[in-house]
Amino acid sequence: MTLTLGHYLSLGAMLFALAVIGIFLNRKNLIVLLMAIELMLLAVNMNFVAFSHYLGDMRGQVFVFFILTVAAAESAIGLAILVLLFRNKNSINVDDLNSLKG
Amino acid sequence: MSQTLNASTLLAVPLAPLMGSVLAGIFGTRLGGNWIGRRLTHSLTILGVLVAFVMSVMTLKSVALDGARLNETLYTWMVVGGLKMEVGFMIDGLTAMMMCVVTFVSLMVHIYTIGYMEEDEGYNRFFAYISLFTFSMLMLVMSNNMLQLFFGWEAVGLVSYLLIGFWFNKPTAIFANMKAFLVNRVGDFGFILGIGLIAAYAGTLNYTEAFAKAGELSALTLPGTSWMLVTVICICLFIGAMGKSAQFPLHVWLPDSMEGPTPISALIHAATMVTAGIFMVARMSPLFELSDTALNFIMVIGAITALFMGFLGIIQNDIKRVVAYSTLSQLGYMTVALGASAYSVAVFHLMTHAFFKALLFLGAGSVIMGMHHNQDIRWMGGVRKYMPITWITSLLGSLALIGTPLFSGFYSKDSIIEAVAESHLPAAGFAHFAVLVGVFVTAFYSFRMYFLVFHGQERFDQNPHAHHEAHHDDHGHGAHDKPHESPWVVTVPLVLLAIPSVVIGYMTINPMLFGEFFKDAIFVDAARHPVMQELAHAFHGPAGMALHALSSAPFWLALAGVVTAWYMYMINPSVPAAFARALKPVVLILENKYYLDWFNENMLARGARALGNGLWKVGDLALIDGFVVNGSWKLMGWVSGQVRKFQSGYLYHYALVMILGIFVLMTYFVWLNK
Repeated sequence: MTLTLGHYLSLGAMLFALAVIGIFLNRKNLIVLLMAIELMLLAVNMNFVAFSHYLGDMRGQVFVFFILTVAAAESAIGLAILVLLFRNKNSINVDDLNSLKG
Repeated sequence: MSQTLNASTLLAVPLAPLMGSVLAGIFGTRLGGNWIGRRLTHSLTILGVLVAFVMSVMTLKSVALDGARLNETLYTWMVVGGLKMEVGFMIDGLTAMMMCVVTFVSLMVHIYTIGYMEEDEGYNRFFAYISLFTFSMLMLVMSNNMLQLFFGWEAVGLVSYLLIGFWFNKPTAIFANMKAFLVNRVGDFGFILGIGLIAAYAGTLNYTEAFAKAGELSALTLPGTSWMLVTVICICLFIGAMGKSAQFPLHVWLPDSMEGPTPISALIHAATMVTAGIFMVARMSPLFELSDTALNFIMVIGAITALFMGFLGIIQNDIKRVVAYSTLSQLGYMTVALGASAYSVAVFHLMTHAFFKALLFLGAGSVIMGMHHNQDIRWMGGVRKYMPITWITSLLGSLALIGTPLFSGFYSKDSIIEAVAESHLPAAGFAHFAVLVGVFVTAFYSFRMYFLVFHGQERFDQNPHAHHEAHHDDHGHGAHDKPHESPWVVTVPLVLLAIPSVVIGYMTINPMLFGEFFKDAIFVDAARHPVMQELAHAFHGPAGMALHALSSAPFWLALAGVVTAWYMYMINPSVPAAFARALKPVVLILENKYYLDWFNENMLARGARALGNGLWKVGDLALIDGFVVNGSWKLMGWVSGQVRKFQSGYLYHYALVMILGIFVLMTYFVWLNK
């Protein structure tokens, strides 16, 4: 059995679905939320790399670097927000964080 | 002033009283810190009116003797779509005569006020008002266009409002001035509609230009109806005159206006302002001549007013109200004359009436002063001995009013009766009957009042309300003092008014009715309404007219009225009471003034209030507040209440919605591109 593009895309889709489920099911920890977002980005990266390889176009892999950079920056900001949040609310429990509603 | 008239110079006629009024109103009252005293206030305002009077007399002289005329626009206020709104003067016989009457009576009243209002706190304010009134009335009569006429019209209405409510602590006075203002609004509504129609169809507000188009207007009908346009215009204008000249059924404000101080009753509610309607109709005679319907309408209204308001005068016990109802009745006479196309006769009666009615009012005021502000004629009597000048002048005024031959009122009133008799309009029969009976009624109530006040037993110490009244008006007299003659500032105007009341008719009937005096001011369609020719035909000089009167009905009716009054109130005082008992329902109707006040208050006022209340409750509260305003926020509130349930505040819910959204969109997108 050879690995086709379909396998890679399926892996990406699974990773993405996992991340989405992680976002919804997670009721406890904001850090898990951040991790799920990272996972989503990685799923996208997986698609990029797979397409890049099978289409013979290196631009896809260049994009992966961009996304990784952005993801790193985003995690840094996310964690910084998380620290501030904890200082103010004394909790990073997702169920406690419902002040967005009108 | 030179022989020819100059509009800029004439500007001083209305402006001099205005200056007096402004100075007195600003510097003589609390507004300007009471900067000028009483003496200076009345000097300034009297000076202003005196200037106006002297210039009016000079104007009259050049108009009457040199035939000078003037029609000049001084200032264009604005031009809207070709419709010019201007300030200008038109001087002809009618205007010059009105100017003299207004300024003369006003001057007399100014002087009289010094005595009458002596003890009043609002002395300076009063002078400011009456000078302002003089200004407004002069603007009204001197105008050469309808806009300025309307300005003067409203301004005299305003001053009338201020003056009726002059004693603003009195609830009745406030009620009366509000009533006067509201009733006049009804009339003014008609008036402005009439002016609007003229502006719309003639395209001008200027008298001369509008009258030049009278022929074109007479061919038109009101769009959508078969009514002649001129008839509609004339009736609208006349409704204005009904309000201002207190014609039935818009007369209700005038008797109540007696709440004001007596001098203004004389100035405004007898001699000048109420004649504005008569003046206006005479001024608009080229239009009114075109519509027989309007003339009939005018005549009927005038006849009703002349007769039925006279009846009311019989049962009044307030000296001022008797004179007020007499004014209404006399205004009715003038209106009848207008309806008979005898405009010059109406204006002639206006002039003579101005003198003798001002005299009667000022005489009544003098009596009121002498009686320590008791106005009830039941508690007077025998005043003749104490107030000889007031007595003589009031007698002269009463004789003039009832139309004693050779007195001024005789010439004007008899001419009116003759004119109605000569008129061929359908309403003339009724009007003739009404004015004839009116003569008897006038004589009866005038001399009823005269006898009760000046003759007979002295009853002023029997007044059950004396203490109350004396307390009421804040005057320091004892209630049971004998009457006393008024000071010279009161009696001199009485004498000065008595002179024209007696002689002016004899002197002026020839030029005013049959001469050239009103030639280009008043237009009569002689072919269709030959009343004036008939009158001229029967006229053989003032002396001949007086002689002829001795054998005519009005004279004997008047005499009968006097004799009846004399018998009922001097010889056999039990007769009126017996009459009152026998005719109880009639007396009841009269005492309730034909239930018009009742009707107005209960039907119109209450109905309007109920309508307003209903509109407020249904339209405002329910529809606008409840449905539109509150309804929209309630709907919005409900919708947002539903929508906010989606807003849990949990981040993952939002994320889920976002992803679901993307899923839906992408599904749709894929579906679309399949």
